[in-house]
Amino acid sequence: MSVDLSQFIPSFLEESFEGLELMESGLLDLQRGDNETIHSIFRAAHSIKGGAGTFGFDNVTEFTHLVETLLDEMRDGRREVSSKDTEILLESVDCMRLLIEAARDDEEYDQVKVAQTSKRLSETLGNEPTSVDESLIKVDVEATNICGYTINFIPEHSLAKTGNDPIFLFSALAELGQLTLCADTQDLPALTDIDAQELYLSWQLTLHTEASKAEIIEIFEWVEDECLLELVPIKAPSNTSASLSSTTSSSTIKNDEQQTEPETSQKSIQDIEVQPPETELVIEPTIEDENIISKTKTKTKGKAEVGSIRVGVDKVDSLINLVGELVITQSMLSELGNDFEMEKVERLTSGLEQLLQNTKELQESVMRIRMLPISFAFNRFPRLVHDLAIKTGKEMELVIKGEQTELDKTVMEQIGDPLVHLVRNAADHGIEQSAVRLANGKPGKGTISLDAYHQGGNIVIEINDDGAGINREIVLAKAVEKGLVDANAVLTDSQVYDLLFEPGFSTAAEVTDISGRGVGMDVVKRNIQALGGRIQVQSTLGKGSSFKVHLPLTLAILDGQLVKVGTETYIIPLIAIVESLQIDNKLINRVSGDMVLYRLRDDNVPILPIYQLFNLATECTEIDNALLVVVEADGQKIGLMVDDLLAQQQVVIKSLKDNYQQVAGISGATILGDGSVAMILDIPGIIHMALEQAQQAQRVKTDGNSSVTAEVCL
Amino acid sequence: MNIQEMAQDIPAEGEHAIEGVDFITSGDQYLTFLLAQEQYAVDILCVEEIRSWEQPTKIPNAPSYIKGVINMRGIIVPIVDLRLKFSIGEATYLETTVVIVLTYQSEESTRTIGFVVDAVSDVLNVENGDIKAAPAFGGCVGQQYIDGLINSEQKVVTILNVNHLQKVEKHRLHS
Amino acid sequence: MTKVLVVDDSNSIRDMVSFTLKSAGYQTVEAKDGQDGLTKAQSGGFDLVISDVNMPNMDGISLCTELRKLVEFKFTPILMLTTESSTDMKMRGKSAGATGWLVKPFNPEKLLATIKRVVK
Repeated sequence: MSVDLSQFIPSFLEESFEGLELMESGLLDLQRGDNETIHSIFRAAHSIKGGAGTFGFDNVTEFTHLVETLLDEMRDGRREVSSKDTEILLESVDCMRLLIEAARDDEEYDQVKVAQTSKRLSETLGNEPTSVDESLIKVDVEATNICGYTINFIPEHSLAKTGNDPIFLFSALAELGQLTLCADTQDLPALTDIDAQELYLSWQLTLHTEASKAEIIEIFEWVEDECLLELVPIKAPSNTSASLSSTTSSSTIKNDEQQTEPETSQKSIQDIEVQPPETELVIEPTIEDENIISKTKTKTKGKAEVGSIRVGVDKVDSLINLVGELVITQSMLSELGNDFEMEKVERLTSGLEQLLQNTKELQESVMRIRMLPISFAFNRFPRLVHDLAIKTGKEMELVIKGEQTELDKTVMEQIGDPLVHLVRNAADHGIEQSAVRLANGKPGKGTISLDAYHQGGNIVIEINDDGAGINREIVLAKAVEKGLVDANAVLTDSQVYDLLFEPGFSTAAEVTDISGRGVGMDVVKRNIQALGGRIQVQSTLGKGSSFKVHLPLTLAILDGQLVKVGTETYIIPLIAIVESLQIDNKLINRVSGDMVLYRLRDDNVPILPIYQLFNLATECTEIDNALLVVVEADGQKIGLMVDDLLAQQQVVIKSLKDNYQQVAGISGATILGDGSVAMILDIPGIIHMALEQAQQAQRVKTDGNSSVTAEVCL
Repeated sequence: MNIQEMAQDIPAEGEHAIEGVDFITSGDQYLTFLLAQEQYAVDILCVEEIRSWEQPTKIPNAPSYIKGVINMRGIIVPIVDLRLKFSIGEATYLETTVVIVLTYQSEESTRTIGFVVDAVSDVLNVENGDIKAAPAFGGCVGQQYIDGLINSEQKVVTILNVNHLQKVEKHRLHS
Repeated sequence: MTKVLVVDDSNSIRDMVSFTLKSAGYQTVEAKDGQDGLTKAQSGGFDLVISDVNMPNMDGISLCTELRKLVEFKFTPILMLTTESSTDMKMRGKSAGATGWLVKPFNPEKLLATIKRVVK
């Protein structure tokens, strides 16, 4: 029978990566010393080793064996847990990850690193030879003229208590060749003294086989400590078997008298005698093993990782329940529809309400399947901070809160890298050297904290540090130097901090600069925006900085505000809306020609009529009667002028790209309750569009060309 | 292949039934339709559905021949007015105005787009040899959209290339 | 039908063992650790237990000890899956009442051949 092992490999890989994470986080905790943690780390390594061997990833097995040996010594207390060992083990975890990833993707791995770590591990282990029980394997291969063995098998009386039954041993032997056996009943006590759980027999077996001694001993492997076993080779040719079989039959008769032995054993013994298996069928397990392993190897190659989610049974059960309810509601409604009369309208309404409820619950349940605790994304940070502390020579610790906060799997996968950037920046540039901290009256050890929580329909991830904070003046000076802002510009704090996210604000060459927080920050921001989120910065000089990342819980559904512009309905993501208001004429200011600003408390918010931006015919072009939806993106507030505010509702996001293409200012479309399509506004995109339009208008004006509208209308 | 099997190979029809379809044929089948008084045809295997005209949702700043998008069973389908795209006749929307929804599966993707035409007329059975190359003289319809011409009774039917029709040109937005 | 309890905290190994056994006509019940195994064992009727050694909650050795305390499992063969072929491990297994052990890595053929030594 052949079993395709490759089908289990994705699951092996998945649990191996989980195991590696467990090892890593365990190792990072280990410095505090904890036996239970060592055990769990050991277990994880052990499982990986076992699985890797079974599924044919030999280099993983080999490497993990060293790791396991080291862990075993720690587990047994033979070795003190030292930080040096922990570092080697952490490095080993990296190597194991490399090896497993290479096995998964069928790619090359950093052999130098693995070899080095492997060497360090061996050195740490003191080059002890790996003492696998070799005695069993190295059974001397005897001369060729052996055609079988006479086996004396005298089991201890308690053999059956471990679940071993000699009959199965005999049938396994019979598969190796021609077996005859002879039971010795001399130990059998008087009938009244017999303990039904004890085994009183011993056997002399004759096996004519080409199998080696090792193969025979292997069959007795499980009982060798509980029996006396003697193997005497039979030299060919020989006729001992004939005489032996005659004694066997006599012993069988004796057996019949022995009532205490289970029925079945006797029958089976006879079976063996009656049907000696053909000797040609000697199995050679070792050769087949190799074949199978190599087969599995070829099958794994080139197999890309298939994303999968492990879903709790409770979540699936709740879905099944909800679908059940939905079916009931549906049948109720269709029955109602069969012969509908006006007096049944109340039942219809309540039925529809029930349907709404069912749908909503079903939607939530389905979304919940994709939700995972953010600890999956937070997991890698203890290691990162640990490594950063060593690299920068600073003292710091990581505090993680809210790791059970759930987040959509896709969002989680994409937010990982931006978070790493932010944490690395906090460690690199936020936290000061201990001496500096102490001099400033702060604890010598810096703290970076990660926190996640739900707020409305969003998840907020905070990355805080108690470091030096962002020096506004330095940032500003640098921005001026780079030509990003005008030297005379008056900027609010948040506007200054936003400069950090400008592309080219800081380059890699200036990492060591105090204001070098700008390394890759534009990428961070872009990634967050691509997920429909935003990032905020707060900082107090000398006290620390706080980065807040707001993200939608899922990419498939969005909380939206429906607005009317002319005949069209648009959806504004609620996450972007600051407030909505009736326009008060007195607060409108026209500045520099045709720019219209709205005074919102201290801010002056530019008004952007959507109908103009999208070239729509609308009845309401007067600012006075319109409503203003103030939205914010990139730290820039604008007021979108709309005709009417409609409902707020959750909408399912559908791509325009599938059958059409990306549209500027639009992030997607959705289908409304009446079956019609509505566009979802892309607020950062719209602000960008508006800025470009304004710049173009300005350029056109300075060129003395007045045909702005012609340009816009294409 | 029997008649039933062939019938099943024909894509599902939309709201308008195509009548008088002769399934017994050895060549390809084309759905013919009218743009003004001119006859055009597309491969019937690409026809997803034929719908009556409904006002789509506008796409901001899209070219005028892209009328917007509609919801077709949960899929967002853009609607292109072929009369505007090829500048043939007038883009009026009457009760007979129909939208032919075409799906074309290319190597990289599957696109579904609806095309507004004046009316659907017939299904043509065409032997491969019957398709003639179109003369390379200009007309409103660009050469890349034309696969060839067929003579049908007294009239000439232009076969359109669905793959090219599906390629909505990346129209530049004002920038 | 021969009913086997398969206990392993690793999904892939457990799936593999279970799948192999099912393909060979055995009936299997899966458990994800020793504790789970002990609970599932109560359902009864098992002809064989195959258990990993290193597991959270309850390891294979403890599971074996616990099972042997149950009348029903007094003579039921219990095989330990282990990567350690050390004598120490074998002694621990044996003293807990394990019937035998299967050293990882193993393949389906080896698994089936081996369990024939304890069940039909």
